[in-house]
Amino acid sequence: MNPAQKPLLIRGGRVIDPATGLDALRDLLFRDGKMAAIENPGKIRAPDAEIFNAKGMIVAPGLIDIHVHLREPGQGYKETIATGTAAAAVGGFTSICAMPNTIPINDRPEITRWIQADERGAAIRVFPIAAATRGSLGEALTDYAALKEAGAIAVTDDGKPILGDAIMLEALRAAAKLNLPVIQHAEDTRLTGGCSMNAGALAFRLGLRGMPVEAESGLVERDIALLKQVPNAHLHVAHLSTKRALDAVRNARRQGLHVTCEVTPHHFALTEDRIGLYDTNAKMNPPLRAESDRAAMTEGILDGTVDAIATDHAPHAAHEKEQEFERAPNGITGLETALGLAISVLHIQHKMPLGKVLALLTHRPAQALNLKGRGSLAPGFPADVVVFNPEGKWVFDAGQSRSRSKNTPFDGWELQGQVRLTMSEGRILFRD
Amino acid sequence: MPKKKPQSRTTQKSPPVSFFNQPIHPHSAISANDFSVAEVRHILESADALEKENPIKRANRLAKRRVALLFYESSTRTRTSFELAAKALGADTTLVSALSSSIEKGESLKDTGITLKALGAECIILRSPYSGAPYLLARATGIPILNAGDGMAEHPSQALLDLRTILQFLGIRSSTVSEKSLRGVTLTICGDILHSRVARSNALLLPRLGAKVILCGPPQLLPEVAASIGPGLTIERDFDKALGQSQIVMMLRIQAERLAGLAIDLDDYRSRYQANAERIAVRLARALIMHPGPIIRGMEITSEVADGLQSAIANQVYNGVPIRMALVARALSTAPKKGSRR
Repeated sequence: MNPAQKPLLIRGGRVIDPATGLDALRDLLFRDGKMAAIENPGKIRAPDAEIFNAKGMIVAPGLIDIHVHLREPGQGYKETIATGTAAAAVGGFTSICAMPNTIPINDRPEITRWIQADERGAAIRVFPIAAATRGSLGEALTDYAALKEAGAIAVTDDGKPILGDAIMLEALRAAAKLNLPVIQHAEDTRLTGGCSMNAGALAFRLGLRGMPVEAESGLVERDIALLKQVPNAHLHVAHLSTKRALDAVRNARRQGLHVTCEVTPHHFALTEDRIGLYDTNAKMNPPLRAESDRAAMTEGILDGTVDAIATDHAPHAAHEKEQEFERAPNGITGLETALGLAISVLHIQHKMPLGKVLALLTHRPAQALNLKGRGSLAPGFPADVVVFNPEGKWVFDAGQSRSRSKNTPFDGWELQGQVRLTMSEGRILFRD
Repeated sequence: MPKKKPQSRTTQKSPPVSFFNQPIHPHSAISANDFSVAEVRHILESADALEKENPIKRANRLAKRRVALLFYESSTRTRTSFELAAKALGADTTLVSALSSSIEKGESLKDTGITLKALGAECIILRSPYSGAPYLLARATGIPILNAGDGMAEHPSQALLDLRTILQFLGIRSSTVSEKSLRGVTLTICGDILHSRVARSNALLLPRLGAKVILCGPPQLLPEVAASIGPGLTIERDFDKALGQSQIVMMLRIQAERLAGLAIDLDDYRSRYQANAERIAVRLARALIMHPGPIIRGMEITSEVADGLQSAIANQVYNGVPIRMALVARALSTAPKKGSRR
């Protein structure tokens, strides 16, 4: 935080703060890295403040992405904490959660601290998620207490599932004692060996081995069965992509179980057809699915089952993606397109109120992963804010991405919802 | 934290067209769907003409032009016939195979393609264990790519030479080929269809000329979705029933190298799906028996059938050279291509 930063008065915008239910014209004053005041238009007197005119724009809490691969330590050629967080700021994010599948894997408190050190040059707040098992090998638990002490806000072996019943149960028990969520990458890898896309007619046509829907839903169902054995445990299902798995989450919630879940923009915006002629920028895990699954993701978002839109931002270098489809690594970037896709697809196409869309990018992910003091514009909260033009149309140009990698299926897409200002803890990071 | 100037959106230059939007050279042959029916006819006519042409005159057509064969998988028929075809047209050919090249040292397909192009290759004939690899090579080089088999996906030159074999059997002239040429003809493709690029290319090509194609095999090797890849396809699990409706049968081997843990009871498989003398005599006494090779004698086909009078296996191999001459000539032609579908 930089206390010397000039105060900022954002005037005349439509303030949407899903955490408090506010949706009205308000002026906001940020001072000393905090939210200082929120008043009816024209009521705030702050002669020392810089003024940002937000007339016609939406002012919302800085966005939160609970699923990001920052690639540091170990793979700085794909992304660094500095470049990844810079891209996040362009996309309107002020808090992101960093997945532990770095090199080395974030399975020790030293690494958890290293990620958060000032020298990394993070533009925005990074919340580390630690490995659930040592080396993410699924054999022995990491030291959850020490990792939490070091700043980890959840545990996961993301990229890989926690497959064994006994070790998953152990993880849920250990995490429950510390009030940590266990995040599962739900993929029964016994059913997905050698697979590079969704199973079905298109996979057959392309001569690619396909991951069946059951590989995801089966593991979600297994995890929910285990969750019933551990009172107070919290299961968070990462990047849900199938109707069957979503139905399992919906049913578990009805039974009062603490299960949360996230959906990526690409899983509500795209289907497997985007693969076209083996375009590896449409290759990720979980894979793009059939239209029925895509529609189910939208439905789960609209009906409230889904707690968060999370990007699964997974940068890879061009030389890695410009390979044979089966050899290319899984993953796409997503930080700069998430808000535009959410507005274009959910708000414009599906008429979801902006407040509900924004809740999935602010308050609800903060709640899902207990990110204390994030995701609201209430006074006292950090000065994390995004201002965007909800009518603003823009064309995403991957070549201009702030991410070190350009592996996106959305290059050239016209999106609605243009970020004009991102401020993190009082620092203006992006202004357009 | 270091203080930085706020970013704005328009400071970097964007690169040219992204890799996956690079155009595929229109003279490439990557999928059986690349050819319109008119173009299929044109290729068949060209194969006929080149086959009959004086070899000395023919060898002037592509004299000293350079064609590279890039083979990441073993091959007997396809590699030899592509090479003979290119040489018969006078082209210089060079073979790059995985074990004797920098591929072994980890050179990517993209870089290998760029290298071959820099050495003067005007066309690359590619066999790869990876489905879709020819599109990558086509985008990377911009020159025509002839697909000599990619993973489980396609083998379009095989489908064309199979078509030539079928037309010869039925006595249909190349010049008359149309959407109706194979009307009333039923062909069964039997065996390991899941792993077969030959099956996919034939299943995409033959129905477009009016044929009815029956896919036959056990569920592990023939998923229900197989019939949805194009029109004119049906699934029949009972080989004898399928044979009863067919004038042509195409047998496929079980691709042990691609089974990936699938367990097949081979005795059961033989009893249900083997092309043997009794089965053929009862159901298919006057039909044509095809097999793209390599054949596994005693497995999907018995020696009696493979070597019998109804077998077209040698004709298929023979037809490889004229068809591939036509494809190489088309790849290196400067004339605008007829009836392109791409």
